[in-house]
Amino acid sequence: MGRVWSILFLTVPIFGVWTFVSAMNDWWPMNGGAFAFSSGHWFPSLDVSDHVKDHLFYVILYLTGVVFIGTGAVLFWILWRYDGATNADPVVFSHGSHALEVIWSILPAVVLLFIAIYQMDAWAGARMRRPTMADGAIKPPLCRVTGRQFEWRIQYPGEDGRLDTPDDLHILNDLHVPVDEEIVIEIESLDVLHSFFLPNMRVKQDVVPGMRQYVWFHPVKEGVSDIVCAELCGWGHYKMRGRITVDNAAEFDRWYSAAYADQETSQFSLPEEED
Amino acid sequence: MSTTTIDSHTQAAADEMTVGHFLSTYVFSKDHKVIGIQFLFSTLIWFVVGGMLALGIRWQLAWPWSDMPIIGGMLFPEQGGQIAPEFYTVLVTMHATVMIFLVIIPILAGAFGNFLIPLMIGADDMAFPTLNMLSYWFMWPAFFFFGGAFFCDGHGAAAGWTSYPPLSDMTTSAPSSGAAQTLWLLGVTTVGISSMLGSVNYMTTIIQMRAPGMTMFRLPLTIWAMFITALLQAFALPVLTAAGFMMLADRLIGTGFFLPEGLVVNNSPMAAGGGQPLLWQHLFWFYSHPAVYIMILPAMGMVSDILACFSRKPIFGYKPMVYSICGIAGLGFIVWGHHMFVSGMNPGLGMTFMVATMMIALPSAVKTFNWLGTVYGGKVQFTTPMLFALSFVSMFVIGGLSGIFMAATPVDIVIHDTYFIVAHFHYVLFAGTAMAVFGSIYFWFPKMFGRMMNETAGKIHFALTFIFLNGTFFTMHILGVGGFPRRLADPYHYPTFSHLLTMNQFMTVCAICMVAVQIIFAVNFFYSIFWGPKAGRNPWRANGLEWQAPSPPGHGNFDFQPIVYRGPYEYGSPETEEDFYPQTMPPKQDRDNLA
Repeated sequence: MGRVWSILFLTVPIFGVWTFVSAMNDWWPMNGGAFAFSSGHWFPSLDVSDHVKDHLFYVILYLTGVVFIGTGAVLFWILWRYDGATNADPVVFSHGSHALEVIWSILPAVVLLFIAIYQMDAWAGARMRRPTMADGAIKPPLCRVTGRQFEWRIQYPGEDGRLDTPDDLHILNDLHVPVDEEIVIEIESLDVLHSFFLPNMRVKQDVVPGMRQYVWFHPVKEGVSDIVCAELCGWGHYKMRGRITVDNAAEFDRWYSAAYADQETSQFSLPEEED
Repeated sequence: MSTTTIDSHTQAAADEMTVGHFLSTYVFSKDHKVIGIQFLFSTLIWFVVGGMLALGIRWQLAWPWSDMPIIGGMLFPEQGGQIAPEFYTVLVTMHATVMIFLVIIPILAGAFGNFLIPLMIGADDMAFPTLNMLSYWFMWPAFFFFGGAFFCDGHGAAAGWTSYPPLSDMTTSAPSSGAAQTLWLLGVTTVGISSMLGSVNYMTTIIQMRAPGMTMFRLPLTIWAMFITALLQAFALPVLTAAGFMMLADRLIGTGFFLPEGLVVNNSPMAAGGGQPLLWQHLFWFYSHPAVYIMILPAMGMVSDILACFSRKPIFGYKPMVYSICGIAGLGFIVWGHHMFVSGMNPGLGMTFMVATMMIALPSAVKTFNWLGTVYGGKVQFTTPMLFALSFVSMFVIGGLSGIFMAATPVDIVIHDTYFIVAHFHYVLFAGTAMAVFGSIYFWFPKMFGRMMNETAGKIHFALTFIFLNGTFFTMHILGVGGFPRRLADPYHYPTFSHLLTMNQFMTVCAICMVAVQIIFAVNFFYSIFWGPKAGRNPWRANGLEWQAPSPPGHGNFDFQPIVYRGPYEYGSPETEEDFYPQTMPPKQDRDNLA
């Protein structure tokens, strides 16, 4: 009976690897039927120039994958070989091995330190090195996104390039950014914690009331994707959905002017609904 | 303890079967074994509640906004049997709260800690029996507070189990931010009091009341783990309790510890200000990260004992195992910030926490390799407790490795608050700890009730649970990498996640099966308490002191004075003909001298 159980434990690495590999390659065999797994189960499409987070994920996936398969296979072999019902050899009476302990302390320590140091630059790039202008000055934000139960308020500076002046453009849940440019966004919250999550841009930042924060990314693909709220913000959390549209420069300018004109017209016709 | 006291005690018990006697023996008992079993029954009942809440979550994720079969009409008549989004946030909050505060922590520390510590160290009871009784009875206010929250406005607390302010801090921010949230805070505080009373007791008992010969390095790893867990609780819990009182003050008397200036929530401006929401996160995780180890270390200890017993071989690397328990606990205090990589905390601080977090994987790896080393070269007996213990090792590898992804700060930006983290902690806490708890129940059941559980039913329970839990939780990794956020009532609202519906349906079917399989366990458990075959003192032929006491032990535990001659893992020793060598058996030359 022991052999049956050891095979049950062998299925863990086999099905684990199978799940990951088939997800990466869209090989789900159960397409169609009640449990149809459609394609694209891995990362949402990567729409930014910065591949380093995905790359780092794969580095860790391969490193941990080796350990996962290794320990799973060793556990299976030990259970198969040392099943009490079939193993005729006497028990190895051992309390441990100093040399082995040293080896299996140092090896993981080296690998873990490697991962730790290897990723520091990516972290600094994502959170500490804010993009600069050609003259070395810190790049000003394209717009401000303010989280509020349960909507994203977006505010673009007007002609004067400064926020909170009368010529600002106010939009709800519809963020537009130009393609092929470092985008800096200022984020704030009016009420509770939210989390500004752009799955396709690999950006996520909690929006904390009382704090002003900046996120940045470099979109390279035109198209529309989601702004998700990733921090529980109340009963309507699930519907706090925005859209981010990446346009080419000309299209962005056209959209901006149209949206601005639209705002001015509506202010004219509905004066009580100003900001 | 001499035999005469035991006899006179049982005699007295037979003589006075009065109501007062019944209450003092079975209800307000100061006997650590009765208290342990009280904890066990209470937590198993809450385990059912927590499991049902989980099925509610899974139902919504698989068939969003559809009528729940059978119970939906009874629970939510006003929505026609659907789960409302308000209630969905209650489900996620209360599922986690119940599982963490009312199941995992009390079943490990309360049930197994109480039952095993005096027995395994050769003491007749805890150092402070009255305090011990109180540690159980302080769970009851918590039961009432958490349970009562379901009957308040909003039908339960709904700010997440982490209760991040301002959402949790203001009484107007959501339908259930009123009394339900206040009760939640009071519940957490009283659970804390219970744990605190327990931890003081465990530390004193383990330091002071060991049997002659039981040196610290002859303690079973279960006891080492319980000891370090008690230390963690003693040092980390006051921080959470203090934070809880600060939040109560914010909510009830208008202070503003966690509220910045100028908030307007639900169109009502907040009077208080000058605080900082991130402060709560620091205080909360300063307790709750060590609490993660409170929820796994005792399981690691118990698994070590079970693995050695059924491999018929000593623990491989006993001292490295002890040091890695201490290492995990020590590092556990300086890694709380890894829950806050995307919280807005200073990114420079993120680097420090990241390196510390990476290093905590090291003692965990050492433990895993030592478990494999323990089974290697043995004669493995595939009993039910052994299968659960092996599955702990197998599953803990997955939970531990997926933790490395979250520790890597840039990767965490992508997978934080997605189902990847949900997969990670369910592998550690359900596939790990809960499986270890099942194994421990099967293992120590004969000591608790004097009878054996049915092995065949146990193995069926194991195999089905193992298959369905992997079906449920492994797929969550894929969801998480796809960006699927946690705590979202309807993620398909977002086109990015709409294709993940079928995968969720597969997981929900697995989850329903997994819960259904637990009926086998429940039937086996209750049947065996009354009608299982009688167990002798040492049915598993194990070495520990607890197996030298009668099954079940009477008041005062041992019918002889245990004297300890060796460590607890001398299986297959060449010094004896038997393959086990109980801690109380005198060495061979002593026995020869006596003879």
